Amino acid sequence: MFDDLSSKLQSTFKSLSGQSKITELNIAEAVREIRRALLDADVNYEVAKEFTRKVKDQALESKVLTSVSPGQQFTKIVFDELTYILGEKSEEIRFAAVPPTVILIAGLQGSGKTTFAGKLAKLLKSKGRNPVLAAADVYRPAAIEQLKTLAGQINVPVYSIEEQNALRTAKEALQFARKNAHDVLIVDTAGRLHVDEHMMKEVSEIKKAISPNEILFVVDSMTGQDAVNTAREFDKTIDFDGVVLTKLDGDTRGGAALSIRNVVEKPIKFMSTGEKLDAISAFHPDRMAQRILGMGDVVSLVEKAQQEYDEDQAKKLEKKIKSDSFDLDDFYTQIQQIKKMGSLTELAGMIPGVSQKLKDVEISDDALKPIEAMISSMTLEERQNPNIINAGRKRRISRGSGTSVREVNDLLKQFQQMKKMMKTMTKMSRMGRAAEGLKSLYQPGRK
Amino acid sequence: MGFFEKLGFKKKQEKLEDGLEKSRDGLLGKLGKAIAGKDKVDDEVLDDLEEVLITSDVGVKTTLEIIKRIEERVARDKYLNTSELQKILREEIIALLKENDHDKPADFDAQFTHKPHVVMVVGVNGVGKTTTIGKLAWHYQGAGKNVLLGAADTFRAAAVNQLKIWSERANVPIVQQGQGADPAAVAFDTVSSAKAKGSDIVLVDTAGRLHNKVSLMNELTKIKRVMGKVVDGAPHEVILVLDASTGQNAMQQAKAFTQAVDITGLALTKLDGTAKGGIVIGISSELSVPVKYIGVGEQADDLQVFDRISFVNALFDKDK
Repeated sequence: MFDDLSSKLQSTFKSLSGQSKITELNIAEAVREIRRALLDADVNYEVAKEFTRKVKDQALESKVLTSVSPGQQFTKIVFDELTYILGEKSEEIRFAAVPPTVILIAGLQGSGKTTFAGKLAKLLKSKGRNPVLAAADVYRPAAIEQLKTLAGQINVPVYSIEEQNALRTAKEALQFARKNAHDVLIVDTAGRLHVDEHMMKEVSEIKKAISPNEILFVVDSMTGQDAVNTAREFDKTIDFDGVVLTKLDGDTRGGAALSIRNVVEKPIKFMSTGEKLDAISAFHPDRMAQRILGMGDVVSLVEKAQQEYDEDQAKKLEKKIKSDSFDLDDFYTQIQQIKKMGSLTELAGMIPGVSQKLKDVEISDDALKPIEAMISSMTLEERQNPNIINAGRKRRISRGSGTSVREVNDLLKQFQQMKKMMKTMTKMSRMGRAAEGLKSLYQPGRK
Repeated sequence: MGFFEKLGFKKKQEKLEDGLEKSRDGLLGKLGKAIAGKDKVDDEVLDDLEEVLITSDVGVKTTLEIIKRIEERVARDKYLNTSELQKILREEIIALLKENDHDKPADFDAQFTHKPHVVMVVGVNGVGKTTTIGKLAWHYQGAGKNVLLGAADTFRAAAVNQLKIWSERANVPIVQQGQGADPAAVAFDTVSSAKAKGSDIVLVDTAGRLHNKVSLMNELTKIKRVMGKVVDGAPHEVILVLDASTGQNAMQQAKAFTQAVDITGLALTKLDGTAKGGIVIGISSELSVPVKYIGVGEQADDLQVFDRISFVNALFDKDK
């Protein structure tokens, strides 16, 4: 997600490497590049200025270490500063001592509040809570219905009223939550501009009436320079507790994250990365800074894998690989496992190095479909022993799966390569293997 | 003959003067004073200009381009007075914004060369596509056109209903198949129905999609293609809706959507906030697409035909 920024910074560092020490002269170019990269990444003008000034000062003050190149040293300074701005530690939602915990969601139009409300409800439900949603966006046509549709998918009730009255909706929803023993109430509000006095007054009245334990400000990660203005105004009016960054599955450089964090000093608590209701995760400033610098986000990947990876399946797989009896049937199972972990682009982006190489390539989740179809069109015998697949069988498989014989050939070839690679990797951790498998799947034959 | 007349802005002279008046106290005025009577623009002034443009989301590349042009003009013309300098600044920025094509007029009462004139509306999630279509329908209906809406956003929860409510507000018919239907089929039906009914203009809504999702962009290409099967050359226009608060990513969006569906115009929404939407300057210039409409509020009449001069004035108007 921060790929463009990372590649720019990396090329800057390249120009520094090979030089023996950091001086005012040789750092000027790097500093200029960083400032431009930050501006290109939509980091606020003032924030970018301050950031580059700090980085420059620190670089000049720092003792030149003999063990590392100035480029590496400078990378560290930039990384530390980025981490600092993004907030040094991640913070979670504060739950009320006496339920229900009330969460108020606010933001501009189109930032993704309603979708986020649905995602948050799903997340909390999966952690054993019993949430209820309040549809307090009473203005946008069909907004209540949108929330109801989302909530229906996850079996969470929605409280709404006929009257176009957001304040009353919120108040009554709180009573509804108490009466029906819901331990969390999530209030979705209408999108509003920070300069709309009437609407800002409304949200502040809602806040007063239901005293939320947690107020989340939802912001589109593609937001430009104006992010600081909106964040500042919303903060002034409702003094929010945390920020939610949405649409991070796009290719935005996401500089707004840096700007907001710097201007209002509130933590970023969640990131939203897709249209599916489970595309949500906690925000980790350190990992985000790593991503910015192209270091990859291995920790997130491993955590995601641990969450989704079926232990038994994995053990079986490991045994098969060790005994070299890994067949296409197992491959099929592995694909299902990978799919459970989320979007492939998202996963690949977390692997160090890959985010750079895949810069402009999107790994479409659909890429797996023909593979699944081909394997499904094979007989059990063919899956266990791909060597028996002759020209006639290939034709049948391609017809059955709606693919071409060439694609079947490619699949078989890739599978053989993968098997070879697996043999040499039995020492690696289980996760490493899944990651490698993923890469091998997508390197050959990419358009 | 002045520069603006050459561009065909005669009737908007009044508006232009209003803008000039306003900006005299604004940053543009300050800049003008600072460079007046000099044959070189000093760095401090350029820094100020850079700050104005960057904080308006114009972007580094376009900002440098504008600054370069100003420097060249000042070096050539030398010793300019305040108003001349202000004019140059405006001219250079306005020149980057592309004009409307003749066969794709923005005015609502203009005659179309095709019947039905098919317009497809695309964009990333949450920029205001459905709202923009609702407002366009209202305007065209008001201008006496027969409008038909197509609800091809069959993905987002309740999007069809949102458009339906707008169709009721604007009192125009709508073709819909409900959530989850094949969007290309809805688009096909809509255009077929418009052809049969003799509608003047068709507005087809599509689901928001992030421009880096290959399969969703392919779907969009397909939706576009099927419309051409019903009416020759349809869609005659593809409008990309951009949120004014979006930063530099809007350029990536415009490029990707151009690649997939060859956009012919832009609509810039949510300009009623403090965001200036400066990125459209670079997009309009680089991709050679005009900005056609701006959205300035949630009511049906809060959609205006884009005016380059007011837009540039607003860039330099700090207290917008």
